[in-house]
Amino acid sequence: MATQETQAAPRLHTLILQRKTLAIGLFVLFVIALLAVLAPWVAPHSPSRLSIVNRLRPPGGAWLFGTDEFGRDVLSRTIYAGQLSLVVGAAATAFACVVGITLGIVAGFFRKADAVMSRLVDAMMAFPDILLAIALVAALGPSLATVIVALGIVYAPRLARIVRASTLVIRELPYVEAARALGVPTWRIMTRHVLRNLISPILVQATFIFAYAMLAEAGLSFLGVGVSPEIPTWGTMIASGRQYIGQADWMTVFPGVAIVLTVLSLQLVGDGLRDLLDPRLRKDL
Amino acid sequence: MARYVLQRFLGMLSVMFVVVTIVFVIVRVAPGDPAAVMLGPDATPADIEALRVRLGIDQPLVMQYLFFLGQLLRGDLGQSIFLDMSVTSALLDRAEPTTFLTLFSILIASAIALPVGILAAYRRGTFFDQAVTTLTMLAASIPSFWLGLILIQAFSVRLGWFPVAGYGGPDASFLTRLHHLVLPAVALGVVSSALITRFTRASMLDVLNDDYVRTARSKGMSEFRVVLKHAFKNALIPVLTVIGLTAALLVSGAVVTETVFSLPGVGNLVVSAVLRRDYPVIQGALLVIAAIYVLINFGIDMLYLLIDPRVRY
Repeated sequence: MATQETQAAPRLHTLILQRKTLAIGLFVLFVIALLAVLAPWVAPHSPSRLSIVNRLRPPGGAWLFGTDEFGRDVLSRTIYAGQLSLVVGAAATAFACVVGITLGIVAGFFRKADAVMSRLVDAMMAFPDILLAIALVAALGPSLATVIVALGIVYAPRLARIVRASTLVIRELPYVEAARALGVPTWRIMTRHVLRNLISPILVQATFIFAYAMLAEAGLSFLGVGVSPEIPTWGTMIASGRQYIGQADWMTVFPGVAIVLTVLSLQLVGDGLRDLLDPRLRKDL
Repeated sequence: MARYVLQRFLGMLSVMFVVVTIVFVIVRVAPGDPAAVMLGPDATPADIEALRVRLGIDQPLVMQYLFFLGQLLRGDLGQSIFLDMSVTSALLDRAEPTTFLTLFSILIASAIALPVGILAAYRRGTFFDQAVTTLTMLAASIPSFWLGLILIQAFSVRLGWFPVAGYGGPDASFLTRLHHLVLPAVALGVVSSALITRFTRASMLDVLNDDYVRTARSKGMSEFRVVLKHAFKNALIPVLTVIGLTAALLVSGAVVTETVFSLPGVGNLVVSAVLRRDYPVIQGALLVIAAIYVLINFGIDMLYLLIDPRVRY
């Protein structure tokens, strides 16, 4: 053990490349994100250009993924839809992180707050995620921002639970006790000594939340209770393709494949990060 | 043992109380006046005011909350704005497809997950094990509604084996209804089998190297008996927990899947209630579904008493 510690730490990219699934996940995610960012340059057609003559064309020729009911290019729309789907997933995850970490750390530190917050978290987790998101979007009024906030609220308790559990362990460690004895203010202990040591589990959990949020967003859009149906996200594309099942299967197949690929790569990254950052958390799951 | 039961019961009650409060808050922050929504655009301000008084929403929030709690204690979930019936009857009317869909999906998920998970743990590190790990991750990445659509394309539209949508109409026989549930249940079952498989595998790995398993083997017992009787029985607790929780989570999947297959279940009711802003129905459905989740959790805790004597102290 001692000899291992004295060896030079391997570089990050070596560590990542050693884990095949993590490397594959990161690569696929990178390609998807790059395509979304570079959409105006890489998409072969405009995502909104109507061409009624070319409606419902099967994949092939000028339309690699075929065309939809208005003759719009499905490939270009899939690429563009990635922008919003990724942004919603990322923003919801960020929101969940801010709320979840704050709740979790406060609950882990203050006994009185813990009783209330743990009950709140338990109760929040009693609602199925999509159902709670639907209700919140209905209450706040449907828009892009409310979908993000709703998904953030839905997933915050998962983070709060993990952060609270880890905080309870870390707050009893000798170095926190030492900091307290030195008179370091509580908020500083919380942010500097505790939060820093929580980054690994938070990062792992955030990756999974990103994946769940993307699935939930697609579900909300599909149901027509999420973002406006005119805005192309993978969920709204599948929803509009639903009318043409058996006639234009490509309208539902390709955006669905995009969701599966993105969520799968996020899960691969989450799993890989768990192994890489905190081997103690590894549970053969 | 009595202390354990009482503790869990009180815990359940306190969580339920917070659930009720959350639902009250969500519905009350909703924009717009429920009375105005109920009466439509032609209503006069006097009509709206009269209805506000009748519904009790002219009262201060605290009074409304107490009224809401009182109503719930009497088992009254309120009146739907758009359907000419109480929320309880609306939910009961739609309960059958959702219940069968959930049960059917759990059966399919367990039928896939338990043998696969056990075998993957037994053959740890082999190609089979790795394939299972990859496939479960893939299954967990598929939106169930999309899988539903793909199944409709393949098995309903192309092969014609199953109906495209619906529940067979009001006079349909039980078998016809089950026939309508096959594809939605497969879609949900496959997706939720992922989590159960992973838990079964992990939980089996925990016990397969335990002393009593080695003892059972050294007594010359058949591998089949060792794995199923000695190891699996002890791996069952986490597996049961996750099956129970999956059952509760399936309701969430059912919301979307019912829409895909136009099944007249609770999920479909909620979605149409959201689109019509029928708040009492949303509120009632949220409460009932969360209560089912909390009850399932309580049930699992009680089941521990039967399976694991250590819990009985």
